[in-house]
Amino acid sequence: MRVQIDTARCQGHGRCYDLAPALFEDDEEGYGQVLGDGSVPPGREREARLAVLNCPERAISLTEES
Amino acid sequence: MAADDRFAASLRRDRGDRPAGIRTEIVTDPVSDWATDFSHLDPRWSADPYPILDDLRERCPIAHTGRFGGAWLPTRYADVAAIAYDTERFSSRSIVLGNFRPPRELAPVGGSPPISSDPPFHHDARKLLLPAFTRAAVSRQEPATRAFCHALIDAFDGLEVVDAATEYAQHIPVRVIVGMLGFPAEDGPRFREFVEDLLEGINLPPDERAERVGRLFEYLLAQVEEHIAAPRDDLTSYLINAEMHGRRLDPDHVVGTMALLLIAGIDTTWSAIGASLWHLAKTPADRARLVADRALLPAAIEELLRAYAPVTMARLVKEDMHWQGVDMKADDWVLLSFPAANRDPAQFDRAAEVVIDREANRHAAFGLGIHRCVGSHLARMELRVALEAWLDRIPDFSLADPGAVTWSAGQIRGPRTLPVRIGRARGGAGRAAGSG
Repeated sequence: MRVQIDTARCQGHGRCYDLAPALFEDDEEGYGQVLGDGSVPPGREREARLAVLNCPERAISLTEES
Repeated sequence: MAADDRFAASLRRDRGDRPAGIRTEIVTDPVSDWATDFSHLDPRWSADPYPILDDLRERCPIAHTGRFGGAWLPTRYADVAAIAYDTERFSSRSIVLGNFRPPRELAPVGGSPPISSDPPFHHDARKLLLPAFTRAAVSRQEPATRAFCHALIDAFDGLEVVDAATEYAQHIPVRVIVGMLGFPAEDGPRFREFVEDLLEGINLPPDERAERVGRLFEYLLAQVEEHIAAPRDDLTSYLINAEMHGRRLDPDHVVGTMALLLIAGIDTTWSAIGASLWHLAKTPADRARLVADRALLPAAIEELLRAYAPVTMARLVKEDMHWQGVDMKADDWVLLSFPAANRDPAQFDRAAEVVIDREANRHAAFGLGIHRCVGSHLARMELRVALEAWLDRIPDFSLADPGAVTWSAGQIRGPRTLPVRIGRARGGAGRAAGSG
């Protein structure tokens, strides 16, 4: 499972790095960015889904990998 | 550095002498039909706008009024979002809907950049502010904010009933933004007047309104002059020295942005804190859950922001057009109601209910698109700290007189009188000194 941010949509609401600090951080202007390559470690799936479900701009996507 | 004389000439002129805009007739009659004659200044709207918005969403869903020279009110989430994203057809050159439209030449900067700005100017004006309002930047204000909240509660000692709006919520954002701008703390009480003049005085005679707005700009200019004489580490000195495209900012830009930070930072957060306390005072089950399980607070805060979103914005239609079934004319207003969007059942399950542990909450309380509230991280910090301090010290409280609660009029909605029965506040000065 991997998270991605569409930077063209992100407006810096910061819901992702508030709700899933293990997966996202903010840049120096408050926009969200994924940590590392966006891979969701085991046990962090719920946080990843919360970030998706609470982004007002629908800028976050989650891709399932087998 | 050469003497900074940008502010001497350009701001001394009466701001009423700006290029003439469009003035429209002031209509204050009670609303006859919300779908065709709405007014966000009607006392029924201030008291409880949600039944009005819910009804319009079902049967309209884009209401109109001939007041204010013509204005539209979309009530569906999808329409509010579409307008927020469509900066090509909807201008932000004025975002306070009233009887005065600034001249078109004021775009793309507007009177209070970047909230009043359109692309492409908007992007760089906003970029100047973003670093000062990141989560990390605003967290530096948290210890002082927490101590201040506890000091306000300390002052309730011996009182059974307090006004949570005027004796608590109101003071918190004033203290925070005054500190960030570097204004004298004792000027705080004046800012409530400035806020009311700008946001609630929109049906005043134009000359009186211009004079009141002028008072704010005179005040800001005096602060600029003091900061030029004695620069310090605050937002005012930052804006005075900031550069865009290799040049220092136009003086109207500096003072317009200061006005924005002052006005937008106060009324909105005051309203959000007040509305949250109002809800908890009248909803013992939610209050008890939060007191028992503080881990619910972050989700509860988002839900209270959704359900009682304090901010409604406005836009001006750029050109005549047919839009979502209605014929909009150039310079028609659009009231961009985030509160209406946030209660759209097509977007939210159980939209009319407050569900404090709501998991999926893509609410639009801080706007959508390029004008996302630049102070949202600051507002969330203030709201969280204000509620944490209150719940720590006053876990049991209720509305002392529900009929005595009053709400602000206009585009920012929150309680302005909020008598709550608090019993005896826990802890005291010792606790306040020890926290934060």
